[in-house]
Amino acid sequence: MSEKIPVEQKVLSENDKLALEIRRKLAENKIVSLNLVSSPGSGKTSLLEKTIIALGNKLNIALIAGDVQTENDANRLAKAGGKMVRPIVTGGACHLDARMVTKSLMEFDLTKIDLLFIENVGNLVCPSSYDLGEDMKVVLISTTEGDDKPLKYPGMFRRSSAMVINKIDLLGMSDFELARVKENALKINGNLKIFEVSCRSEQGLPDWFEWLDSLVKQRKTEP
Amino acid sequence: MHELALAESIVNTVKKAIKDRPDAKVLQVRVRIGELTDIVPDSLQFGFESLIMDTPIEGAKLEIEQVPINAKCAGCGHEFIVEEYMFICPECFSSNVNLIRGDELEIIDIEIE
Repeated sequence: MSEKIPVEQKVLSENDKLALEIRRKLAENKIVSLNLVSSPGSGKTSLLEKTIIALGNKLNIALIAGDVQTENDANRLAKAGGKMVRPIVTGGACHLDARMVTKSLMEFDLTKIDLLFIENVGNLVCPSSYDLGEDMKVVLISTTEGDDKPLKYPGMFRRSSAMVINKIDLLGMSDFELARVKENALKINGNLKIFEVSCRSEQGLPDWFEWLDSLVKQRKTEP
Repeated sequence: MHELALAESIVNTVKKAIKDRPDAKVLQVRVRIGELTDIVPDSLQFGFESLIMDTPIEGAKLEIEQVPINAKCAGCGHEFIVEEYMFICPECFSSNVNLIRGDELEIIDIEIE
């Protein structure tokens, strides 16, 4: 005779429990947290370097930089002036999980952070399943990629709150069309906030900085 | 590629669920996977089979129930199945739609004897 044991539990319930705890701690300290996701090479680290340079004197920015191997990204962020930077070397894992982030957060004094960036592993599939306790995911795409990427990785674009289109200084050098990528992304997620930037020419970056600043201000005034 | 990590979570949950029943033979594990999770059922299946090899639950079947994406329009309230990831209401063409199903990644139950 067979028998069924009911489980009805999320596969990632362990991760989700930790993520919930992270979210609680971040909220308690009024920290705005963004989980940055993209393909390898879209410019996550470059965007963060520029952000540190522009806002580092005004806001207390903490960064967790995930990579499969090397601490290169974390080193770049520290060199750009990042005062609170922690690397996570996943050693092969294709995504960050809440356990890794919990460990990194223990190395920061949360009372001294306004804005936390978690730079995920360059991958548009796996990181979408893992809640890291962040306020929102920000997806990056660059003009040297296909403008159909939102259609290829819909899960990630649906779960993101903002999309940064990087390398717009190179528009026209490839078949990437700005209008098409926006149309593709908005079909999947009509509420996506879109930024068009170039980390190289710095075009469009002020809008991104202003948005970050407004998120922090809003968080501080929340009851 | 993270299917293996997910399979590992599933196997751990099964082991925990039967730890007080050493004589139980696990026949089947049922999971519910939403289309939006981008999980490849074949890879999950392969990961599960590889992980249970030479363990007490070897031979257990993984039954994957796939859930299509369902959304509800925030404007007119129309509920519809999202095809090709078009989150646009077919009635009023609003893109302000909320996901109601399709994001699942859950273990339903475990069948033992």
